[in-house]
Amino acid sequence: MELLNAVFIAPFVDMWEFPAFFVEVVITGLLTGVMYSLVALGFVLIFKASGVFNFAQGAMVLFAALTLVGLIEKGVPIWLALILTMVVMIALAFAVERLMLRPLVNQDHIILFMATIGLTFFLEGFGETLWGSNVKRLDIGIPNASFEIHGVLLHQFDLFAAATGAVLVAGLAIFFHKTPVGRALRAVADDHQAAMSVGISLKTIWIIVWSVAGIVAMVAGIMWGAKSGVQFSLSLIALKALPVLILGGFTSVPGAIVGGLIIGVGEKVAEIYWGPLVGGAIENWFAYMLALAFLLFRPQGLFGERIIERV
Amino acid sequence: MLYREAGQFKTSYAADQAIFPIVQDRWFVFALLLFAFLVVPFIADEYWLQAVIIPFLVFSMAAIGLNLLTGYAGQLSLGTGAFMAVGAYATYKLITAFPDLNVIVAFLIAGVIAAGVGFVFGVPSLRIKGFYLAVATLAAQFFLSWIFNKVPWFYNYSPSGTITMPPRTIFGVMVTGPEATAEVRYLVALTLVAVLALAAKNIVRGRIGRSWMAIRDMDIAAEIIGFRPMHTKLAAFAVSSFYCGVAGAMMLALWLGSAETEAFDINVSFQVLFMVIIGGLGSILGSFLGAAFITLVPVFLTNAPQLFGIAMATDTQKHLEVMIFGGLIVYILIVEPHGFARLWQIAKEKLRIWPFPH
Repeated sequence: MELLNAVFIAPFVDMWEFPAFFVEVVITGLLTGVMYSLVALGFVLIFKASGVFNFAQGAMVLFAALTLVGLIEKGVPIWLALILTMVVMIALAFAVERLMLRPLVNQDHIILFMATIGLTFFLEGFGETLWGSNVKRLDIGIPNASFEIHGVLLHQFDLFAAATGAVLVAGLAIFFHKTPVGRALRAVADDHQAAMSVGISLKTIWIIVWSVAGIVAMVAGIMWGAKSGVQFSLSLIALKALPVLILGGFTSVPGAIVGGLIIGVGEKVAEIYWGPLVGGAIENWFAYMLALAFLLFRPQGLFGERIIERV
Repeated sequence: MLYREAGQFKTSYAADQAIFPIVQDRWFVFALLLFAFLVVPFIADEYWLQAVIIPFLVFSMAAIGLNLLTGYAGQLSLGTGAFMAVGAYATYKLITAFPDLNVIVAFLIAGVIAAGVGFVFGVPSLRIKGFYLAVATLAAQFFLSWIFNKVPWFYNYSPSGTITMPPRTIFGVMVTGPEATAEVRYLVALTLVAVLALAAKNIVRGRIGRSWMAIRDMDIAAEIIGFRPMHTKLAAFAVSSFYCGVAGAMMLALWLGSAETEAFDINVSFQVLFMVIIGGLGSILGSFLGAAFITLVPVFLTNAPQLFGIAMATDTQKHLEVMIFGGLIVYILIVEPHGFARLWQIAKEKLRIWPFPH
């Protein structure tokens, strides 16, 4: 009885009695969710256009952040470092397309997936060989003052991250829907063969999506790096982005955003209200369980394309 | 010249269905087993057994388990580490709760417990497929390692949170614990691997294995011709987890001696997946080849700078190792996406027609 009370009643009573705190928890969750979405976006872009489940997205986040910080430490001004990092990520996209994707064209999805795990190891090793493995501080000049609105504590940095996320998503949406390249990308995502038959070059498209994913990774890396320092654990946030992906659907950009927000909020609320019951630290698996329960009812995720199978 | 099957006529169905239908193959396997049982314990030193050969056996077992699931039944899983952890913790609980229990029996019961857990986490596979399933199995990975960390009952309330294998004997010979010699542990592991690999080979040749392959190749078609996807997929999860559970038990009892949940983290899952893919999906032999490769390469990379007389800082070397390992995996996938098992097959074909090219 007490257990039932603790699980089903007490947390809700808590929420009702201290609404300001609850709102704060939800907002913190939403803002964390934005950060997850930023990482998940990179996955979705690549999966949509090439069907590759790019496990290396997390390593790309780490690599971009390490490169940026490394350049800044060398005394390069921030704006130049940003541009250089972007150039590095685009160069990486070229290298990946030429050295990894092209020889593996037409292989099973699982082989490509394994190759991206190999790439993950490579990038982690390469980044740390180049720039060292100490935790680095990334200061991009965003003030982290906190202020209160109606008793709800907010951090300026989080708002900035949310705004960046929104701008990035809006930019991607325009890029995908209004530019010729974006249209070509959507065509490739729809049907590789049909796209090739009307003269869209798959190679170019792959380079473009990997470059865009690299730049998204850089933005995510800057955000995460400024929040918690640039260090090896950055590459682990890829694992956090996976439940976001299955919740939102591998092929949907809005899905990545909404999925990220749901996971972010769910995780924080569960950790704060139900975590203490079972000894805490449930953040590690809660997202997965949430996504799993969800998948049982909607196997293609929230916004994923309907899976139609034929014999 | 030596590898000819001309003149080997099959006169009975039994002979035709033998695991190794070619006489030379049979002799080769016998010789290999004899060598492993009788010669290796005398020529390998403590370091080799502990750092290379026993891990190889443990990971071969896990790779066979994952290969049954991913290679034969086509269900991608990233939860291998967790199922190994179940095996390890179950062994530990069994051995400490029943001190008289034979260690081997404990391993097998632990395998059965792991099979039960695998069965439960296999249920989502009925609804979801491919990468969605892979991510879903990650739930098992994180949830189980969290449970083993949070519930003190699993590690017998020991303050450090580690599980340590108590010393146990079989037929009066110490097989686990700090006093067991590496040779004895090696022989126990080898016996288990040999027997269970044989069992796996037979499972995949039989009715169950064929139903797995049917589901793998096209599940809807398999369902239409009468395979029940639920039974087949869940059986695959259970059998695969049994192997992984035994591997985890061996890892704890015969290799590490004591372990925490970190020993079974997601990197282990990835490592085993690498073994399966680099060795060859859908091949028992491939599991061994992949396990050998993935356990040997890091050992080689760690010792290589000394061999070539290059001095470098340890952390640089560590990073370079990771980098080279990753690059090597991509390279192998490009050169031979079907794994070492395929290379072996090609080599056999070549041997057969040697000295002619076609």
